[in-house]
Amino acid sequence: MKEKIRQKCNGYLVAGILIAGVILAWIIIGHFYTPYDPTKMSRAKLQGPSAAHLFGTDKFGRDIFSRVMQGSGTTLMISLATILIGSGFGTLIGAVTGYFGGIVDEILMRLNDALTAFPSILLALVIISILGPGKYNVIVALGIVFIPSYARVMRTAFASQREINYITSARLMGASSFRILFVHMLPNTFRVLLPALTIGFNNAVLAEASMSFLGIGVMPPDVSMGYMLSEAQGMFRSAPWYAISVGSIIALLVFGVSLIGEGLQHLEKEKGVA
Amino acid sequence: MAENEGLVVKVDHVSGGYRTEGMLWKRGAYQEVLHDVDFYVREGEIMGLVGESGTGKSTLARMLLGMVKPEKGQIIHYTKRPQIVFQDPYSSLNPAYSVEWSLEEPLRIFGKYDAAERKRRVRDMLERVELPSECLSAKPSELSGGQRQRVSIAAALIRRPRFIIADEPVSALDVTIQAQILQLLKDLQKDLNLSYLFISHDLNVVYQLCDRVLVMKKGRIVEQGDVETVYDHPQEEYTKQLLAAAQ
Repeated sequence: MKEKIRQKCNGYLVAGILIAGVILAWIIIGHFYTPYDPTKMSRAKLQGPSAAHLFGTDKFGRDIFSRVMQGSGTTLMISLATILIGSGFGTLIGAVTGYFGGIVDEILMRLNDALTAFPSILLALVIISILGPGKYNVIVALGIVFIPSYARVMRTAFASQREINYITSARLMGASSFRILFVHMLPNTFRVLLPALTIGFNNAVLAEASMSFLGIGVMPPDVSMGYMLSEAQGMFRSAPWYAISVGSIIALLVFGVSLIGEGLQHLEKEKGVA
Repeated sequence: MAENEGLVVKVDHVSGGYRTEGMLWKRGAYQEVLHDVDFYVREGEIMGLVGESGTGKSTLARMLLGMVKPEKGQIIHYTKRPQIVFQDPYSSLNPAYSVEWSLEEPLRIFGKYDAAERKRRVRDMLERVELPSECLSAKPSELSGGQRQRVSIAAALIRRPRFIIADEPVSALDVTIQAQILQLLKDLQKDLNLSYLFISHDLNVVYQLCDRVLVMKKGRIVEQGDVETVYDHPQEEYTKQLLAAAQ
């Protein structure tokens, strides 16, 4: 048993889980408790980091530590929802096109190519300009933007199993297509899906940050990482610690999750050799 | 029809093959693989099928399983649908699931038994293929090639078909394991009164196991008969060549 656990642990995975875990825990705590009220202004304006204000205060005297702690939660929620939508619909499309092939495959994958042809931010911009900004519309826009890449990855994962003997056996036993797709095939796609989810999560964090930074994302009173970054840009000279702390948290979170993805891929490679 | 009594399958002058994938509405080109194949398999009989690779042995197997439709002639099954044991024990079991799950799945799909009855049948079948019950919780990756092939055989037999198609079931295994699996197939055939279509390119194995044999060349059955007769007095030049090569 110990041997088994050791096999599953590799440096990437451990480091990634540690870094991402600490940040995630911090963000989740921020949902329930922050040292100061993140929106409460005070007289202590533009103060550098200190014991009382770990990340300092902004020009309205708000505690940046508390703001980042809570605002990151919005980004986290948006990113998770985005990859959920993207991978969910992507898996459905990938399953249908990869397994059945034929005309359905041709039509759906050409539509998919058409979606991929747009730069993702531009496509999100178009959707937002139709729906209007706000965090739920950001989720919808990013979710749609993320579908094609998952659809393509999952299509390959399903198609590669189509002619394998265990699927032929299941078909001969009279299993329904639904059962074959989601009971027999789906678990064998996780080894490509899981790393794709970690990469997707990172892209979603960055996409949300850039959209909110550009002012087409989250709207006040909601606060997100990207929104805070654009806020911090305005006071970069007077309160550089604001931009630095928000930027570091984004970087650390993305770095941690990338390490997890890297670790998962190494795990699969080792399994493949054995 | 008295003459068809005691048969499990009758292949009646069957020709067939594949179509290449067409373009949208146009049908692809037709490539005939099997030409006028005609034979039958009796109850409790092991029928061998030999021939070089690429002659259409596996296509015939796929046709018997209903995966490829004959263009001409017909295949008449007198029993339940046949099941197949594949050559490669590494790809015939779903890597994501335990042995128990893989054995129970055909019964779940069948849907006539409750959970307790399914478990009972799984255990019974595991005993028949001489695997310890510890194997139930194992994933296929934790088993040896021989053990996997035993599980594949159990999975094919779990719904109690009367006719099994074994497509080179021992070719991927090493020699000592081959002998064990062949013995197991023989024992199961006797205990359960099964019929096999045993596909192989190893003529010695066919001689050991089979009652009758079909010799296939380029999609045609060139010779068929009792194993002893065919091996001792081959009529066709092709059969003689195959036998000479196997010496």
